[in-house]
Amino acid sequence: MNAATATAYLGPGSRSITSKGDFQPESTWTPSKGVVGMGCLIIAESAIFSIFVVAYLYYLGKDLSGPTPRQVLELPILNSICLLSSSGTITFALRSLRGGDTKRFSFWWLVTIALGAYFLLGTGREWHHLIYDKGLTIQTNLFGTTFYSLVGLHASHVVVGLLALLTVMGFAIAGSVKKEHAERVHVLGLYWHFVDMVWIVVFTVVYIIGR
Amino acid sequence: MNGIATTGDVTGAVPSRSAATGKTVFDHIHSWVVSVDHKKLGLMYIMFGLFFLLVAGLEATLMRIQLAVPNNHFVSPQFFNQLFTVHGTTMVFFVGMPLVFGFANYLVPIMIGARDLAFPRLNAFGFWLSAFGGLLLYFSFIGGEGMAGAGSAPDIGWFAYAPLTGKAFSKGHSTDYWILGLMVSGFGSIATAANVITTILCMRCRGMTLAKMPLLAWINLVMCGMVLIAVSPLTAAQIMLLLDRFAGAHFFDTQAGGSATLWMHFFWIFGHPEVYILILPAFAFASEIIPVFSRKAIFGYPAMVGATAAIGLVSVSVWAHHMFTIGMTSASNTFFAVSTMMVGIPTGIKIFNWLGTMWGGKLRFDTPMLFCIAFLFQFLIAGLTGIMLGAAPFNWQLNDSYFVVAHFHFTLVGGFLTMIFAGVYYWYPKATGRLFNETLGKWHFWLWVIGFHMTFDTMHIPGMLGMPRRIYTYEAGRGWGIWNLIVTIGTAIQVIGTLIFVLNILYSLRKGRPAGNDPWDAWTLEWATSSPPPEYNFAETPTVKSRRPLWDIKHPTDPDWKYE
Amino acid sequence: MAAEKTDPALVPSIFAPESTPAHAITHLAGFVLWITSAIFVVVGGLLVYALVRFRRRANDDGTEPAQVYGSGPVEAAWTTVPFLIVLVLTLATARIIHEVQDARKPVGALDVQVIGHQWWWEIRYPKLGIVTANELHVPVSQSSGDRLPTFLDLRSADVVHSFWVPRLAGKTDLIPNKVNSMWIEPERTGLFLGQCAKYCGTQHAKMLLRVYVDTREDFDRWVKEQERIAANDPSAAAGRLVFEQTACINCHSVNGTVANGRFGPDLTHLMSRATLGSGALPNSPEGLRAWIKSPEQFKPGVLMPAMNLNNADLDKLVAYLTTLK
Repeated sequence: MNAATATAYLGPGSRSITSKGDFQPESTWTPSKGVVGMGCLIIAESAIFSIFVVAYLYYLGKDLSGPTPRQVLELPILNSICLLSSSGTITFALRSLRGGDTKRFSFWWLVTIALGAYFLLGTGREWHHLIYDKGLTIQTNLFGTTFYSLVGLHASHVVVGLLALLTVMGFAIAGSVKKEHAERVHVLGLYWHFVDMVWIVVFTVVYIIGR
Repeated sequence: MNGIATTGDVTGAVPSRSAATGKTVFDHIHSWVVSVDHKKLGLMYIMFGLFFLLVAGLEATLMRIQLAVPNNHFVSPQFFNQLFTVHGTTMVFFVGMPLVFGFANYLVPIMIGARDLAFPRLNAFGFWLSAFGGLLLYFSFIGGEGMAGAGSAPDIGWFAYAPLTGKAFSKGHSTDYWILGLMVSGFGSIATAANVITTILCMRCRGMTLAKMPLLAWINLVMCGMVLIAVSPLTAAQIMLLLDRFAGAHFFDTQAGGSATLWMHFFWIFGHPEVYILILPAFAFASEIIPVFSRKAIFGYPAMVGATAAIGLVSVSVWAHHMFTIGMTSASNTFFAVSTMMVGIPTGIKIFNWLGTMWGGKLRFDTPMLFCIAFLFQFLIAGLTGIMLGAAPFNWQLNDSYFVVAHFHFTLVGGFLTMIFAGVYYWYPKATGRLFNETLGKWHFWLWVIGFHMTFDTMHIPGMLGMPRRIYTYEAGRGWGIWNLIVTIGTAIQVIGTLIFVLNILYSLRKGRPAGNDPWDAWTLEWATSSPPPEYNFAETPTVKSRRPLWDIKHPTDPDWKYE
Repeated sequence: MAAEKTDPALVPSIFAPESTPAHAITHLAGFVLWITSAIFVVVGGLLVYALVRFRRRANDDGTEPAQVYGSGPVEAAWTTVPFLIVLVLTLATARIIHEVQDARKPVGALDVQVIGHQWWWEIRYPKLGIVTANELHVPVSQSSGDRLPTFLDLRSADVVHSFWVPRLAGKTDLIPNKVNSMWIEPERTGLFLGQCAKYCGTQHAKMLLRVYVDTREDFDRWVKEQERIAANDPSAAAGRLVFEQTACINCHSVNGTVANGRFGPDLTHLMSRATLGSGALPNSPEGLRAWIKSPEQFKPGVLMPAMNLNNADLDKLVAYLTTLK
């Protein structure tokens, strides 16, 4: 990865180390603080999710009673398409913002929010069906315990992400989001991409391996 | 040109009298409470940690009085069980972690020539989360209910094994206080770790490549990386436990097919790296202090960096050496025995490098160095008993006995706490502008060493004679009484030593001689600014050319960068 | 403080092994101790030497000593030597792990099931139909020739416990929802002491173990006594009535009566045991009376409630229970 791609991936970085205005014209490139900070958060969150995944896999097939994954789970295809394409739309939004096109940015940002909201709606519908039609709750058996906690942990991260996206939407409507904010929006975008990556893992573990 | 400031501006760090600044006491407290300055937050973390050190030390003293003789009735069984739970939990989470983050907070920015951490407000948030977590845990003494309704504070052991922590066996809310206090402070730890990593990677001053930053910065980098991946599993397991206790989940509910050993795995995946998180800063202080008092550069800087990284990596693969007795297969037991012994190698390398630093030097035995020397012997012993415990069959006898208790107190008290003392003595002049009283310092040191060894050397013996841990009393006639009595007497001596330490801190704040910028004739950036440093640390952020910028200034004909 | 009268044979020292697995562990321990002691002497010695030889002298001229930044060969040496030491240690360790954990059970070995409870040990001999509590009787063995080791299956009815009798073997945990196994092969007759070694709640400290190693004949005699159903002494009929009509039978069993409770220890041969309450107090009629009147007094937090019997009923009950030999 050369300096140019590193810069694109990790953010424009910092040339001035302090906020008090010391300028050091020949400083070597250092990564952007926001990107590193978000990277650290993503590492920690990955560790938390890994533990829930391990618990899920460990308890597969160990239920003493109650419904099994195969009996009750259906592939949430549309949900997944929506969530994963929201990674694409958020990238379009960011590109627009970098290019200075705030209207286009707002459009793609809104689409991203809509896709994320649809995902949550779909998850809610799936859970309603599982609880009321199939009799699977977190108390039912080990599968219920590990399913709701893993999928729920992911969903809660989608909720937090959506709240952040909505906040940015609010600022965008007020006309406050400009090209110079692209870096911060990029950092938030990294979080959103992470949430989508986690869904790929959860989907594989729960709906493919687990069934 | 190195641009290192020598300003005499001393605003902020020392609570000063109102005559100078016209501020009231309330203004002073307010400025600390709202502060986002890494130095104030660092000092608050350290004061928080030292306060809880006294509290947890009191808990230990009460336990030792109970155990001084067999069949004692000084405290009830229920209270004793709460004491060892809260003592262990406090020492790890509300003494160890705050001290670690406090020193990181204070020292990292200044030693890399930065003005603050990367995210100052997040820094304050992390501190207050940790403080709130401690408050939650101790609130349980007056809120909550213990097992069988017999008390308030948690009494489940600091590692809270399932299913003892389930609703069935732990009625009331004492366990919930344990979970929540730690979860909240855990979020604070993760936030601060991210903050420190970002600072180190993004905010080093000009000329300070990663290869030129002080070892303390390297070690904090690795340590904070470990926090990210080690504290998270505990948080995850605690979420699962909360779901079990409140939502009827079955993660650790053995009646429903849940697994008690799964909790153990999750806990120790956190627990083992956690103890390395605690000891790595001790290594960092040793790597800064020993060179200065040996008058030589650290021996083998690249090897020290490599060994630190190796410890970080290997330490996440040894966790089940806490679980040799749970009935794992012989293959698993062998694997963990091997990895456990392997992690001793980079640790040993570090001891040799410190020895190499001292070799050929001119050793000065001021108080910080005295504690470093005690640390070297004590950590050597601790590491060797660790090797013994890593030999799994030997572990089948020693595990869950007082031998293990002696081992880990050797690492944490003889290693970690000893170096905290060294660090406080070394950097106190920088933070306060005053020198410690050397006489009191030496009294503290000798009382401490005598008391520590009387207690913890002896403590190995009842373990080898079959005394398990976490028992509120023991039978006469098993040969344990005399050793327990000696252990308790040593505790009293340590208490006196600690009180002298506290006295020294308070006394020197008023009466200590002015320290000046660089009382120890040291070589890293923090000694280039005033004592205490101004809020902005440096008037102009420095440019460095070597690992010891002040050596270069003091020896312009023989600078380090010619040899590194 | 009264002087402790300690019988050295009873001190549960891990370095006084008297059973095959315990011996194996002690051999490994000795080897490890030799190596770690040698390391301590060498490294500690070098540290002491450095402190003495390189201390700043009173007549020091204040110049800095020669700055040595490192040495590749030295680093390589003091990495390689520890690595080799660790290699040797791990090989020795692996061998003993295998020797103890993977030992094959000989035909005719004695089978015992231990089930951990808060805070007592349920002990069953499945092939012999014996149920007892807190005290284990096993036959003496020899490590070669006429071997008769005892293999124990370990389970838990509630939380995690650990079975530890240091002179006989390393400890193994009793974990709910899991079956662990261990073995002992005692080479001397006598009493061996142990106790629970995993914190299991309020009275973890008083979950004591007594292992009686008997000669073959003594063991056979003990088995026969334990296999008998409970004594039915007519003079104690009044007490037996009290027993059967009070809540006692909800928790306790007495073989040959209606008492079939599984929550507490089996009382069929209560008086054959040396202690009450898993070591909380010695077993005697007076002790038994005091225990039943108020178990909380001896073992605060114990799950057996005070039975609130009047004195007359209590006396009858004790008179009955003391016939259960």
